[in-house]
Amino acid sequence: MTKTLKSASKLEKVLASGAFAVTGELGPPRNAKAKEVEDKAKFLLGNVDSVNVTDNQTAVVRMSSLAASLIAQKQGLEANMQMVCRDRNRIAMQSDILGAAALGINNLLILSGDHQTFGDHPDAKNVYDLDSINLIRALRNMRDEGRLMSGQEIPEDARPRLFIGAAYNPFADPQDYRVLRAKKKVDAGVDFMQSQCIYDMDRFRKFMAKAVDMGLTEKAYFLAGVTPLKSLGMARYMKNNVPGITMPDSYIERLKGVPKERQASEGIRMACEQIDEFKETKGVSGVHLMLVEWEHMVPTIVKEASLLPRPQV
Amino acid sequence: MIIAERKPIEEIKTFVMGRKRVLVVGCRGCVTVCNAGGTKEVGILASLLRLEAAKDGEGTVVDELTLERQCDPEYIEELSELMGGRYDCVLSMACSIGPQFISRRYPGESVFPALNTCFLGGALAHGIWAEHCQACGNCVIHKFGGLCPISRCSKSLLNGPCGGSAGGKCEVSKDIDCVWHLIVEKIESEGRMGEFLGIELVKDWRPSRDGGPRKIVREELLK
Repeated sequence: MTKTLKSASKLEKVLASGAFAVTGELGPPRNAKAKEVEDKAKFLLGNVDSVNVTDNQTAVVRMSSLAASLIAQKQGLEANMQMVCRDRNRIAMQSDILGAAALGINNLLILSGDHQTFGDHPDAKNVYDLDSINLIRALRNMRDEGRLMSGQEIPEDARPRLFIGAAYNPFADPQDYRVLRAKKKVDAGVDFMQSQCIYDMDRFRKFMAKAVDMGLTEKAYFLAGVTPLKSLGMARYMKNNVPGITMPDSYIERLKGVPKERQASEGIRMACEQIDEFKETKGVSGVHLMLVEWEHMVPTIVKEASLLPRPQV
Repeated sequence: MIIAERKPIEEIKTFVMGRKRVLVVGCRGCVTVCNAGGTKEVGILASLLRLEAAKDGEGTVVDELTLERQCDPEYIEELSELMGGRYDCVLSMACSIGPQFISRRYPGESVFPALNTCFLGGALAHGIWAEHCQACGNCVIHKFGGLCPISRCSKSLLNGPCGGSAGGKCEVSKDIDCVWHLIVEKIESEGRMGEFLGIELVKDWRPSRDGGPRKIVREELLK
């Protein structure tokens, strides 16, 4: 992998240094209170290299990703601003990318976005002018070729120097096609990839072995997604209700064997065991910790998984 | 064809409320084929309205008529003898093109749509219709194993499937097939996966509705 830095991102520097990266996640509030972002940011500061700031996740209206990213950055974090294709057309997306880069955002994670029928505005019209792969390509061209989608030139010193991220999901279907779709994202110009929550380690290992074989991990950094289970109920819910997540019965059985009050700590322990394996897995460059509405446990998990101190770059 | 279904009777009743002479007009085109607005359905709706009127003690007269098509001025003209004050209200049982054509031709009439125009589709079985086309104006199905991701993917993805595809079903509902799952299966069965890995570039939406309301002019057909 070329170590010439493509962006102004601290996350890119960490990954390029060969260190095992740690990213976190922060969901903006459903109101205009900056303090809620600041309070969550406190748990992440010093514990992660960059924090994903979600873009109206699960199609629920929240403070904008850009605004919450800036609030988080004021607290000293580096934001990884998420952008979904559901709510904006190509005009708005390019505009927001230019604005985000101008305001000091260094990472942008591009997603298709959960369909609006899941959220609090199921009656909304969606956009999907571009899909995630075409948005990755558009951003890469803006940054590296200095062209907007229209062909309009962006001067050399005015290009959005963003580190480009995308998601990969080894657990969705059709199973064999998932790595090929990841390849398409790499070909489109993605720099780093974060996965959906991993529980089915066997399926993940197979996916990653294929990605390594295809040379994808030489062209982009792959981070493994981790969401510790808070309880047996959460494990069951995710098994039955969340599309694109597979939950092996062994997880359910293990939590069943633990009294309710100790299930959360058992969930953290299980996540740490996963992280230990990811550190040794060929092709995995770091972990993406998704402790949504459980941000206060981030310090515990990074400590227990021996991910501290975070490298200074 | 255009797939439509009748509006709930409660909504239609609000259209005819207080109107004594009602004409229900069907169409022998698409809506006859999809059992929404042909002669039979015109008869059913007219009977329902008569019953409702009788229940409410109203002396409403409901007449029935089915035109060859309602999307063609030639057939709309057949209504001319009936218009001009004979009815208080016209309920069109065509797709939404019908009531628009009737309104334009007979500006003094009160015209209401009795159907909801739903989508462009076909019958999967008797009584089941599914969307297959969004009339985007530039057909690309040959690139996707003959399946349309524009109309049949909930996100119209050109490079799917998204991470919500599970067990061949769409994240939106277990009742929706993930068309990208079907596309991948089709391409695999044809042994063409190798050539399928290129990025399908952004779509030009101008030929679709995004270029504004569309019109086709065929010079050779103009007299």
